[in-house]
Amino acid sequence: MEKRTVYADNAATTAMSMRAIEAMTPCFMKIYGNPSSLHSIGQEAKEVLVDCRERMAARLGCKPEEIYFTSGGSEADNQCIRSAALLGARKGKRHIVSTAFEHHAVLHTLDKLKKEGFEVTLLDVHNNGLITAEEVRAAIRPDTCLVTVMYANNEIGTIQPIREIGRVCREMGVIFHTDAVQAVGHIPVNVAEDNVDMLSLSAHKFHGPKGVGALYCKKGLPLSTLIEGGAQERGKRAGTENIAGIAGMTAALEEACEHLEENMERLTKMRDRLIEGLKKIPYSGLNGDAKRRLPGNVNMSFEGAEGESLILYASAEGICLSSGSACTTASLQPSHVLMSLGLPHEVAHCSLRITLADTNSEEDVDYMLEKLPKVVERVRNISSLWDDYVSGKIPHVLGGKTQG
Amino acid sequence: MALYSEKVMDHFTNPRNVGVIEDADGVGEVGNAVCGDIMKIYLKIKDGIIEDVKFKTFGCGSAIASSSMATEMIKGKPLSQALELTNKAVAEALDGLPAHKMHCSVLAEEAIRAAIKDYYDKNGIEYDKSQFPEPHDEEEHPTEE
Repeated sequence: MEKRTVYADNAATTAMSMRAIEAMTPCFMKIYGNPSSLHSIGQEAKEVLVDCRERMAARLGCKPEEIYFTSGGSEADNQCIRSAALLGARKGKRHIVSTAFEHHAVLHTLDKLKKEGFEVTLLDVHNNGLITAEEVRAAIRPDTCLVTVMYANNEIGTIQPIREIGRVCREMGVIFHTDAVQAVGHIPVNVAEDNVDMLSLSAHKFHGPKGVGALYCKKGLPLSTLIEGGAQERGKRAGTENIAGIAGMTAALEEACEHLEENMERLTKMRDRLIEGLKKIPYSGLNGDAKRRLPGNVNMSFEGAEGESLILYASAEGICLSSGSACTTASLQPSHVLMSLGLPHEVAHCSLRITLADTNSEEDVDYMLEKLPKVVERVRNISSLWDDYVSGKIPHVLGGKTQG
Repeated sequence: MALYSEKVMDHFTNPRNVGVIEDADGVGEVGNAVCGDIMKIYLKIKDGIIEDVKFKTFGCGSAIASSSMATEMIKGKPLSQALELTNKAVAEALDGLPAHKMHCSVLAEEAIRAAIKDYYDKNGIEYDKSQFPEPHDEEEHPTEE
Protein backbone atom coordinates (compact mmCIF):
# COMPACT_ATOMS: atom_id res chain seq x y z
CA MET A 1 0.00 0.00 0.00
CA GLU A 2 1.29 3.43 -0.94
CA LYS A 3 2.59 5.52 1.94
CA ARG A 4 0.14 8.09 3.21
CA THR A 5 -0.31 10.46 6.11
CA VAL A 6 -3.02 9.36 8.50
CA TYR A 7 -3.94 11.80 11.24
CA ALA A 8 -5.65 9.73 13.90
CA ASP A 9 -5.04 11.88 16.96
CA ASN A 10 -8.31 13.77 16.86
CA ALA A 11 -8.82 13.64 20.63
CA ALA A 12 -5.70 15.80 20.89
CA THR A 13 -6.95 18.26 18.32
CA THR A 14 -8.69 18.32 14.98
CA ALA A 15 -8.08 19.95 11.62
CA MET A 16 -10.23 23.02 11.12
CA SER A 17 -13.22 22.73 8.85
CA MET A 18 -13.52 24.99 5.81
CA ARG A 19 -16.82 26.25 7.14
CA ALA A 20 -15.16 27.36 10.38
CA ILE A 21 -12.34 29.07 8.50
CA GLU A 22 -14.81 30.84 6.23
CA ALA A 23 -16.76 32.03 9.24
CA MET A 24 -13.58 33.41 10.79
CA THR A 25 -12.02 35.20 7.83
CA PRO A 26 -14.42 38.20 7.73
CA CYS A 27 -13.82 38.69 11.46
CA PHE A 28 -10.16 39.35 10.74
CA MET A 29 -10.64 41.37 7.57
CA LYS A 30 -13.89 43.28 7.91
CA ILE A 31 -15.58 42.80 11.26
CA TYR A 32 -12.46 43.50 13.28
CA GLY A 33 -14.07 45.94 15.69
CA ASN A 34 -14.28 45.63 19.43
CA PRO A 35 -17.82 44.59 20.41
CA SER A 36 -17.65 47.08 23.28
CA SER A 37 -17.21 50.00 20.84
CA LEU A 38 -20.27 52.03 19.99
CA HIS A 39 -19.36 52.80 16.39
CA SER A 40 -20.55 50.82 13.40
CA ILE A 41 -17.56 48.49 13.09
CA GLY A 42 -17.69 47.68 16.79
CA GLN A 43 -21.40 47.07 16.65
CA GLU A 44 -20.99 44.73 13.69
CA ALA A 45 -18.69 42.66 15.84
CA LYS A 46 -21.22 42.78 18.65
CA GLU A 47 -23.84 41.43 16.26
CA VAL A 48 -21.60 38.47 15.45
CA LEU A 49 -21.18 37.83 19.16
CA VAL A 50 -24.92 37.94 19.86
CA ASP A 51 -25.67 35.76 16.87
CA CYS A 52 -23.05 33.16 17.81
CA ARG A 53 -24.27 32.98 21.39
CA GLU A 54 -27.80 32.26 20.17
CA ARG A 55 -26.64 29.61 17.75
CA MET A 56 -24.39 27.91 20.30
CA ALA A 57 -27.25 27.90 22.82
CA ALA A 58 -29.61 26.39 20.27
CA ARG A 59 -27.21 23.50 19.67
CA LEU A 60 -26.66 22.84 23.36
CA GLY A 61 -30.30 23.12 24.41
CA CYS A 62 -30.03 26.21 26.59
CA LYS A 63 -30.69 29.95 26.56
CA PRO A 64 -28.15 32.35 25.02
CA GLU A 65 -27.59 34.08 28.37
CA GLU A 66 -26.46 30.73 29.79
CA ILE A 67 -23.45 30.59 27.43
CA TYR A 68 -20.14 32.21 28.38
CA PHE A 69 -17.24 32.27 25.95
CA THR A 70 -13.84 31.31 27.32
CA SER A 71 -10.33 30.65 26.05
CA GLY A 72 -11.01 26.91 25.95
CA GLY A 73 -12.03 23.83 27.86
CA SER A 74 -9.48 24.17 30.65
CA GLU A 75 -10.59 27.68 31.53
CA ALA A 76 -14.23 26.60 31.42
CA ASP A 77 -13.50 23.67 33.76
CA ASN A 78 -11.62 25.94 36.17
CA GLN A 79 -14.36 28.54 36.22
CA CYS A 80 -17.27 26.12 36.62
CA ILE A 81 -15.63 24.18 39.44
CA ARG A 82 -14.42 27.27 41.29
CA SER A 83 -17.84 28.90 41.00
CA ALA A 84 -19.62 25.88 42.44
CA ALA A 85 -17.03 25.57 45.20
CA LEU A 86 -17.43 29.22 46.17
CA LEU A 87 -21.21 28.85 46.27
CA GLY A 88 -20.85 25.77 48.43
CA ALA A 89 -18.39 27.39 50.79
CA ARG A 90 -20.84 30.21 51.44
CA LYS A 91 -23.29 27.61 52.72
CA GLY A 92 -20.62 25.73 54.62
CA LYS A 93 -20.57 22.93 52.04
CA ARG A 94 -17.02 21.96 51.24
CA HIS A 95 -17.23 18.51 49.71
CA ILE A 96 -16.87 17.69 46.01
CA VAL A 97 -17.46 14.38 44.21
CA SER A 98 -15.56 13.54 41.03
CA THR A 99 -13.81 10.60 39.38
CA ALA A 100 -10.21 9.43 39.38
CA PHE A 101 -9.85 9.72 35.62
CA GLU A 102 -10.94 13.29 34.94
CA HIS A 103 -8.89 15.59 32.76
CA HIS A 104 -6.11 17.42 34.59
CA ALA A 105 -7.98 20.71 34.14
CA VAL A 106 -10.47 19.23 36.62
CA LEU A 107 -8.13 17.17 38.81
CA HIS A 108 -5.61 19.95 39.34
CA THR A 109 -8.35 22.46 40.12
CA LEU A 110 -9.68 20.01 42.70
CA ASP A 111 -6.16 19.60 44.12
CA LYS A 112 -5.97 23.35 44.62
CA LEU A 113 -9.38 23.41 46.27
CA LYS A 114 -8.21 20.68 48.64
CA LYS A 115 -5.40 22.97 49.73
CA GLU A 116 -8.05 25.63 50.32
CA GLY A 117 -9.96 23.39 52.70
CA PHE A 118 -12.28 21.39 50.46
CA GLU A 119 -12.69 17.66 50.71
CA VAL A 120 -12.74 15.73 47.44
CA THR A 121 -14.04 12.20 46.85
CA LEU A 122 -12.65 10.73 43.64
CA LEU A 123 -14.75 7.77 42.61
CA ASP A 124 -12.87 4.78 41.25
CA VAL A 125 -13.93 3.88 37.77
CA HIS A 126 -14.67 0.26 36.95
CA ASN A 127 -12.19 -1.59 34.79
CA ASN A 128 -14.39 -0.84 31.76
CA GLY A 129 -13.88 2.90 32.36
CA LEU A 130 -17.40 3.61 33.62
CA ILE A 131 -19.07 4.68 36.83
CA THR A 132 -22.75 4.44 37.74
CA ALA A 133 -25.20 7.08 38.90
CA GLU A 134 -25.80 5.01 42.03
CA GLU A 135 -22.12 5.23 42.92
CA VAL A 136 -22.40 8.99 42.63
CA ARG A 137 -25.50 8.95 44.84
CA ALA A 138 -23.66 6.94 47.48
CA ALA A 139 -20.78 9.42 47.50
CA ILE A 140 -22.96 12.52 47.93
CA ARG A 141 -23.06 13.86 51.50
CA PRO A 142 -25.08 16.63 53.14
CA ASP A 143 -22.08 18.93 52.68
CA THR A 144 -21.51 18.08 49.00
CA CYS A 145 -21.58 21.24 46.88
CA LEU A 146 -20.57 19.83 43.49
CA VAL A 147 -20.45 16.68 41.42
CA THR A 148 -18.15 16.94 38.41
CA VAL A 149 -17.94 13.96 36.03
CA MET A 150 -16.59 14.06 32.51
CA TYR A 151 -19.03 13.29 29.69
CA ALA A 152 -16.57 11.21 27.69
CA ASN A 153 -13.02 10.34 28.58
CA ASN A 154 -10.22 11.84 26.51
CA GLU A 155 -8.03 8.74 26.49
CA ILE A 156 -10.31 5.73 26.43
CA GLY A 157 -13.43 7.45 25.11
CA THR A 158 -15.86 5.88 27.59
CA ILE A 159 -19.17 7.73 27.85
CA GLN A 160 -20.55 8.12 31.35
CA PRO A 161 -24.29 7.87 32.15
CA ILE A 162 -24.50 11.67 32.38
CA ARG A 163 -28.28 11.91 32.23
CA GLU A 164 -28.68 9.48 35.16
CA ILE A 165 -25.94 11.16 37.18
CA GLY A 166 -27.62 14.51 36.49
CA ARG A 167 -30.94 13.12 37.69
CA VAL A 168 -29.35 11.92 40.93
CA CYS A 169 -27.76 15.35 41.46
CA ARG A 170 -31.11 17.08 40.88
CA GLU A 171 -32.76 14.78 43.41
CA MET A 172 -30.06 15.46 45.95
CA GLY A 173 -29.91 19.19 45.24
CA VAL A 174 -26.24 19.20 44.24
CA ILE A 175 -24.75 21.21 41.36
CA PHE A 176 -23.65 18.97 38.49
CA HIS A 177 -20.82 19.98 36.17
CA THR A 178 -19.60 17.93 33.24
CA ASP A 179 -16.42 18.36 31.24
CA ALA A 180 -17.88 17.67 27.80
CA VAL A 181 -14.79 18.64 25.84
CA GLN A 182 -14.57 15.24 24.11
CA ALA A 183 -18.30 14.79 23.71
CA VAL A 184 -19.70 17.98 22.19
CA GLY A 185 -19.91 17.69 18.42
CA HIS A 186 -19.26 13.93 18.59
CA ILE A 187 -22.33 12.54 20.38
CA PRO A 188 -25.68 14.15 21.21
CA VAL A 189 -25.28 16.57 24.12
CA ASN A 190 -28.23 18.57 25.41
CA VAL A 191 -27.87 20.29 28.77
CA ALA A 192 -31.61 20.32 29.44
CA GLU A 193 -32.20 16.64 28.64
CA ASP A 194 -28.95 15.65 30.34
CA ASN A 195 -29.84 17.38 33.64
CA VAL A 196 -26.58 19.31 33.58
CA ASP A 197 -26.06 22.55 35.53
CA MET A 198 -22.66 23.44 34.17
CA LEU A 199 -20.73 22.22 31.14
CA SER A 200 -17.35 22.89 29.53
CA LEU A 201 -16.50 22.61 25.85
CA SER A 202 -13.60 23.39 23.55
CA ALA A 203 -13.79 24.38 19.87
CA HIS A 204 -10.68 22.68 18.55
CA LYS A 205 -11.99 19.21 19.41
CA PHE A 206 -14.71 19.53 16.77
CA HIS A 207 -12.86 21.19 13.87
CA GLY A 208 -13.03 24.70 15.32
CA PRO A 209 -10.06 26.92 16.16
CA LYS A 210 -7.74 26.51 19.15
CA GLY A 211 -7.84 29.01 21.99
CA VAL A 212 -11.60 29.29 22.27
CA GLY A 213 -14.26 27.42 24.18
CA ALA A 214 -17.41 28.00 26.12
CA LEU A 215 -19.15 27.11 29.30
CA TYR A 216 -22.81 26.66 30.01
CA CYS A 217 -24.04 27.80 33.39
CA LYS A 218 -27.67 27.26 34.25
CA LYS A 219 -29.59 30.46 34.86
CA GLY A 220 -29.79 31.28 38.55
CA LEU A 221 -26.39 29.80 39.35
CA PRO A 222 -24.04 32.68 40.01
CA LEU A 223 -20.77 32.30 38.17
CA SER A 224 -17.64 33.74 39.77
CA THR A 225 -14.86 35.29 37.73
CA LEU A 226 -11.38 33.93 37.07
CA ILE A 227 -10.20 36.88 35.01
CA GLU A 228 -10.92 40.35 36.30
CA GLY A 229 -11.19 43.38 34.06
CA GLY A 230 -13.81 44.74 31.72
CA ALA A 231 -17.49 43.86 31.71
CA GLN A 232 -17.36 41.38 28.85
CA GLU A 233 -19.47 38.21 29.13
CA ARG A 234 -21.81 40.00 31.51
CA GLY A 235 -18.96 40.73 33.86
CA LYS A 236 -18.04 37.07 34.25
CA ARG A 237 -15.06 36.90 31.91
CA ALA A 238 -13.02 39.98 31.18
CA GLY A 239 -11.00 40.53 28.02
CA THR A 240 -11.93 41.61 24.51
CA GLU A 241 -13.92 38.81 22.96
CA ASN A 242 -12.22 36.48 20.49
CA ILE A 243 -14.82 37.19 17.84
CA ALA A 244 -13.11 35.27 15.05
CA GLY A 245 -12.62 32.27 17.32
CA ILE A 246 -16.19 32.39 18.54
CA ALA A 247 -17.49 32.62 14.96
CA GLY A 248 -15.30 29.67 13.95
CA MET A 249 -16.42 27.62 16.93
CA THR A 250 -20.08 28.31 16.23
CA ALA A 251 -19.78 27.34 12.58
CA ALA A 252 -17.85 24.19 13.50
CA LEU A 253 -20.41 23.14 16.10
CA GLU A 254 -23.30 23.64 13.70
CA GLU A 255 -21.54 21.61 11.04
CA ALA A 256 -20.74 18.84 13.53
CA CYS A 257 -24.32 18.74 14.81
CA GLU A 258 -25.81 18.72 11.31
CA HIS A 259 -23.82 15.61 10.46
CA LEU A 260 -23.80 14.09 13.94
CA GLU A 261 -25.76 10.91 13.25
CA GLU A 262 -24.12 10.04 9.96
CA ASN A 263 -20.66 10.72 11.42
CA MET A 264 -21.40 8.59 14.47
CA GLU A 265 -22.59 5.70 12.35
CA ARG A 266 -19.64 5.87 9.98
CA LEU A 267 -17.02 6.33 12.69
CA THR A 268 -18.44 3.55 14.86
CA LYS A 269 -18.04 1.14 11.95
CA MET A 270 -14.51 2.31 11.29
CA ARG A 271 -13.65 2.11 15.00
CA ASP A 272 -14.98 -1.41 15.34
CA ARG A 273 -13.17 -2.53 12.20
CA LEU A 274 -9.93 -1.17 13.63
CA ILE A 275 -10.50 -2.85 16.99
CA GLU A 276 -11.35 -6.19 15.39
CA GLY A 277 -8.28 -5.99 13.15
CA LEU A 278 -5.86 -4.93 15.87
CA LYS A 279 -7.18 -7.55 18.29
CA LYS A 280 -5.67 -10.14 15.96
CA ILE A 281 -2.27 -8.99 17.17
CA PRO A 282 -1.35 -11.58 19.80
CA TYR A 283 -1.47 -10.45 23.42
CA SER A 284 -3.34 -7.24 22.83
CA GLY A 285 -6.30 -5.81 24.68
CA LEU A 286 -8.87 -3.03 24.33
CA ASN A 287 -8.88 -0.45 27.11
CA GLY A 288 -12.32 0.78 28.12
CA ASP A 289 -15.80 -0.48 27.38
CA ALA A 290 -16.25 -1.76 23.82
CA LYS A 291 -19.71 -0.27 23.30
CA ARG A 292 -20.14 2.73 25.56
CA ARG A 293 -17.30 4.69 24.00
CA LEU A 294 -16.90 7.59 21.61
CA PRO A 295 -17.49 6.60 17.97
CA GLY A 296 -13.91 7.46 16.98
CA ASN A 297 -11.95 6.17 19.98
CA VAL A 298 -9.70 3.11 19.94
CA ASN A 299 -7.34 2.55 22.89
CA MET A 300 -5.40 -0.69 23.00
CA SER A 301 -2.42 -2.14 24.80
CA PHE A 302 0.12 -4.42 23.16
CA GLU A 303 2.09 -6.48 25.63
CA GLY A 304 5.81 -5.77 25.67
CA ALA A 305 5.61 -2.89 23.18
CA GLU A 306 6.25 0.44 24.85
CA GLY A 307 3.93 3.26 23.81
CA GLU A 308 6.34 6.00 22.84
CA SER A 309 8.28 3.61 20.61
CA LEU A 310 4.99 2.57 19.00
CA ILE A 311 4.12 6.21 18.32
CA LEU A 312 7.52 7.00 16.81
CA TYR A 313 7.57 3.95 14.52
CA ALA A 314 3.95 4.61 13.53
CA SER A 315 4.91 8.20 12.81
CA ALA A 316 7.70 6.98 10.54
CA GLU A 317 4.94 5.20 8.57
CA GLY A 318 2.98 8.44 8.37
CA ILE A 319 0.50 7.53 11.12
CA CYS A 320 -0.09 10.12 13.85
CA LEU A 321 -1.25 8.61 17.16
CA SER A 322 -0.78 9.05 20.89
CA SER A 323 -0.19 6.88 23.95
CA GLY A 324 -0.72 6.79 27.67
CA SER A 325 2.86 5.69 28.15
CA ALA A 326 4.89 7.57 30.74
CA CYS A 327 7.51 8.36 28.18
CA THR A 328 5.17 10.62 26.29
CA THR A 329 4.92 12.82 29.34
CA ALA A 330 7.58 14.40 31.48
CA SER A 331 6.95 12.10 34.42
CA LEU A 332 7.70 8.42 34.77
CA GLN A 333 4.09 7.62 35.65
CA PRO A 334 1.88 6.20 32.96
CA SER A 335 -1.48 7.80 32.27
CA HIS A 336 -3.67 8.23 35.35
CA VAL A 337 -6.63 7.25 33.19
CA LEU A 338 -5.22 3.83 32.32
CA MET A 339 -4.04 3.32 35.88
CA SER A 340 -7.54 4.15 37.14
CA LEU A 341 -8.83 1.15 35.16
CA GLY A 342 -6.64 -1.04 37.34
CA LEU A 343 -4.23 -1.88 34.52
CA PRO A 344 -0.77 -3.00 35.62
CA HIS A 345 1.95 -0.44 34.90
CA GLU A 346 3.49 -2.54 32.16
CA VAL A 347 0.17 -2.66 30.29
CA ALA A 348 -0.49 1.05 30.73
CA HIS A 349 2.98 1.80 29.33
CA CYS A 350 2.14 -0.23 26.23
CA SER A 351 -0.96 1.61 25.09
CA LEU A 352 -1.84 3.27 21.84
CA ARG A 353 -4.70 5.71 21.34
CA ILE A 354 -6.19 6.05 17.88
CA THR A 355 -8.87 8.73 17.61
CA LEU A 356 -10.74 9.04 14.34
CA ALA A 357 -12.80 11.95 13.06
CA ASP A 358 -15.00 12.47 10.02
CA THR A 359 -11.86 13.63 8.20
CA ASN A 360 -10.62 10.01 8.24
CA SER A 361 -11.42 7.53 5.49
CA GLU A 362 -11.83 3.77 5.19
CA GLU A 363 -8.48 3.84 3.37
CA ASP A 364 -6.93 5.29 6.52
CA VAL A 365 -8.28 2.31 8.45
CA ASP A 366 -6.95 -0.12 5.80
CA TYR A 367 -3.56 1.56 5.97
CA MET A 368 -3.40 1.41 9.78
CA LEU A 369 -4.50 -2.22 9.79
CA GLU A 370 -1.67 -3.02 7.40
CA LYS A 371 1.05 -0.99 9.14
CA LEU A 372 0.30 -1.12 12.86
CA PRO A 373 0.76 -4.89 13.34
CA LYS A 374 4.22 -4.46 11.79
CA VAL A 375 4.93 -1.51 14.05
CA VAL A 376 4.02 -3.59 17.11
CA GLU A 377 6.19 -6.46 15.86
CA ARG A 378 9.09 -4.11 15.25
CA VAL A 379 8.93 -2.72 18.79
CA ARG A 380 8.53 -6.18 20.30
CA ASN A 381 11.58 -7.44 18.38
CA ILE A 382 13.72 -4.94 20.28
CA SER A 383 11.92 -5.46 23.60
CA SER A 384 13.53 -7.37 26.47
CA LEU A 385 10.15 -7.48 28.21
CA TRP A 386 8.60 -9.20 25.21
CA ASP A 387 11.43 -11.79 25.32
CA ASP A 388 10.52 -12.47 28.93
CA TYR A 389 6.86 -13.04 28.04
CA VAL A 390 7.75 -15.31 25.13
CA SER A 391 10.25 -17.40 27.12
CA GLY A 392 7.72 -17.78 29.94
CA LYS A 393 10.00 -16.03 32.41
CA ILE A 394 7.04 -13.84 33.33
CA PRO A 395 3.37 -14.69 32.72
CA HIS A 396 1.37 -12.92 30.04
CA VAL A 397 -0.99 -10.28 31.36
CA LEU A 398 -3.14 -9.76 28.30
CA GLY A 399 -5.06 -12.92 27.47
CA GLY A 400 -5.27 -15.10 24.42
CA LYS A 401 -2.63 -16.01 21.88
CA THR A 402 -4.82 -14.65 19.12
CA GLN A 403 -7.77 -12.82 20.48
CA GLY A 404 -10.81 -12.04 18.39
CA MET B 1 12.62 21.89 17.58
CA ALA B 2 11.80 18.25 17.53
CA LEU B 3 11.89 16.32 20.78
CA TYR B 4 14.84 14.23 19.61
CA SER B 5 18.03 14.99 17.68
CA GLU B 6 18.62 13.45 14.28
CA LYS B 7 21.19 11.13 15.87
CA VAL B 8 18.64 9.84 18.37
CA MET B 9 16.11 9.27 15.62
CA ASP B 10 18.73 7.50 13.50
CA HIS B 11 19.68 5.14 16.33
CA PHE B 12 16.04 4.60 17.23
CA THR B 13 14.94 3.94 13.67
CA ASN B 14 17.96 1.77 12.80
CA PRO B 15 19.15 0.46 16.13
CA ARG B 16 22.58 -1.17 16.03
CA ASN B 17 23.38 -4.42 17.85
CA VAL B 18 19.81 -5.50 18.58
CA GLY B 19 19.57 -9.10 19.66
CA VAL B 20 20.51 -11.78 22.13
CA ILE B 21 23.84 -13.61 22.52
CA GLU B 22 22.85 -17.12 23.57
CA ASP B 23 26.27 -18.04 25.02
CA ALA B 24 27.02 -14.60 26.39
CA ASP B 25 29.90 -14.24 28.85
CA GLY B 26 28.12 -11.48 30.72
CA VAL B 27 24.52 -10.31 30.88
CA GLY B 28 23.25 -7.16 32.57
CA GLU B 29 19.66 -6.11 33.07
CA VAL B 30 18.51 -2.85 34.67
CA GLY B 31 15.24 -0.96 35.01
CA ASN B 32 11.78 -2.41 35.51
CA ALA B 33 8.42 -2.68 33.81
CA VAL B 34 6.72 -0.42 36.36
CA CYS B 35 8.78 2.53 35.21
CA GLY B 36 8.51 1.54 31.59
CA ASP B 37 12.21 1.00 30.86
CA ILE B 38 14.14 -2.27 30.91
CA MET B 39 17.54 -2.61 29.31
CA LYS B 40 19.35 -5.90 28.83
CA ILE B 41 22.92 -6.09 27.53
CA TYR B 42 24.73 -9.25 26.38
CA LEU B 43 28.53 -9.35 26.13
CA LYS B 44 30.92 -11.74 24.39
CA ILE B 45 34.37 -11.23 25.88
CA LYS B 46 37.75 -12.53 24.74
CA ASP B 47 41.12 -11.61 26.29
CA GLY B 48 39.55 -8.67 28.09
CA ILE B 49 38.10 -7.26 24.88
CA ILE B 50 34.38 -6.93 24.12
CA GLU B 51 34.22 -8.98 20.96
CA ASP B 52 30.48 -8.68 20.55
CA VAL B 53 27.63 -6.90 22.26
CA LYS B 54 23.87 -7.12 21.78
CA PHE B 55 20.94 -5.48 23.49
CA LYS B 56 17.21 -5.76 24.00
CA THR B 57 15.34 -2.78 25.41
CA PHE B 58 11.78 -2.25 26.51
CA GLY B 59 11.32 1.48 26.55
CA CYS B 60 10.90 4.73 24.74
CA GLY B 61 12.75 6.13 21.76
CA SER B 62 15.60 7.55 23.81
CA ALA B 63 16.03 4.27 25.74
CA ILE B 64 16.42 2.35 22.51
CA ALA B 65 18.71 4.99 21.00
CA SER B 66 20.84 5.08 24.17
CA SER B 67 21.21 1.27 24.10
CA SER B 68 22.16 1.34 20.45
CA MET B 69 24.71 4.12 20.87
CA ALA B 70 26.22 2.68 24.06
CA THR B 71 26.71 -0.76 22.53
CA GLU B 72 28.37 0.83 19.52
CA MET B 73 30.70 2.78 21.80
CA ILE B 74 31.97 -0.30 23.67
CA LYS B 75 32.14 -2.85 20.85
CA GLY B 76 35.73 -3.97 20.27
CA LYS B 77 36.92 -2.06 23.32
CA PRO B 78 38.79 -3.41 26.35
CA LEU B 79 36.66 -3.88 29.47
CA SER B 80 38.61 -1.18 31.28
CA GLN B 81 37.52 1.32 28.66
CA ALA B 82 33.91 0.12 28.64
CA LEU B 83 33.80 0.67 32.39
CA GLU B 84 34.75 4.29 31.83
CA LEU B 85 31.73 4.94 29.62
CA THR B 86 29.50 7.50 31.29
CA ASN B 87 25.87 8.31 30.65
CA LYS B 88 26.96 11.83 29.71
CA ALA B 89 29.20 10.46 26.98
CA VAL B 90 26.32 8.41 25.60
CA ALA B 91 23.98 11.41 25.66
CA GLU B 92 26.62 13.63 24.04
CA ALA B 93 27.24 11.07 21.31
CA LEU B 94 23.52 11.25 20.58
CA ASP B 95 23.76 15.06 20.28
CA GLY B 96 21.89 15.38 23.54
CA LEU B 97 18.72 14.03 25.14
CA PRO B 98 15.78 15.98 26.55
CA ALA B 99 16.27 16.62 30.29
CA HIS B 100 13.52 14.22 31.36
CA LYS B 101 15.04 11.47 29.18
CA MET B 102 18.56 11.63 30.62
CA HIS B 103 17.74 8.63 32.81
CA CYS B 104 17.71 6.52 29.64
CA SER B 105 21.42 7.17 29.17
CA VAL B 106 21.96 6.33 32.86
CA LEU B 107 20.30 2.97 32.25
CA ALA B 108 22.67 2.29 29.36
CA GLU B 109 25.72 2.98 31.52
CA GLU B 110 24.33 0.84 34.33
CA ALA B 111 23.35 -2.05 32.05
CA ILE B 112 26.89 -2.24 30.66
CA ARG B 113 28.38 -2.18 34.17
CA ALA B 114 25.96 -4.87 35.27
CA ALA B 115 26.94 -7.07 32.34
CA ILE B 116 30.67 -6.66 33.04
CA LYS B 117 30.11 -7.38 36.72
CA ASP B 118 28.21 -10.51 35.75
CA TYR B 119 31.18 -11.58 33.63
CA TYR B 120 33.61 -10.97 36.51
CA ASP B 121 31.38 -12.85 38.96
CA LYS B 122 30.90 -15.83 36.66
CA ASN B 123 34.61 -16.15 36.05
CA GLY B 124 35.76 -15.45 39.58
CA ILE B 125 37.70 -12.41 38.49
CA GLU B 126 38.67 -10.02 41.29
CA TYR B 127 37.46 -6.46 40.87
CA ASP B 128 37.17 -3.19 42.72
CA LYS B 129 33.65 -3.31 44.24
CA SER B 130 33.50 0.48 44.40
CA GLN B 131 33.45 0.51 40.62
CA PHE B 132 30.05 -1.17 40.69
CA PRO B 133 27.61 0.86 42.70
CA GLU B 134 24.07 -0.45 42.96
CA PRO B 135 21.98 0.68 39.99
CA HIS B 136 19.87 3.77 40.64
CA ASP B 137 16.32 3.46 41.79
CA GLU B 138 13.91 4.87 39.28
CA GLU B 139 12.56 7.15 42.00
CA GLU B 140 15.79 9.07 41.88
CA HIS B 141 15.25 10.06 38.31
CA PRO B 142 14.12 13.57 37.74
CA THR B 143 10.40 14.00 37.38
CA GLU B 144 8.46 17.14 36.82
CA GLU B 145 6.79 19.04 39.63
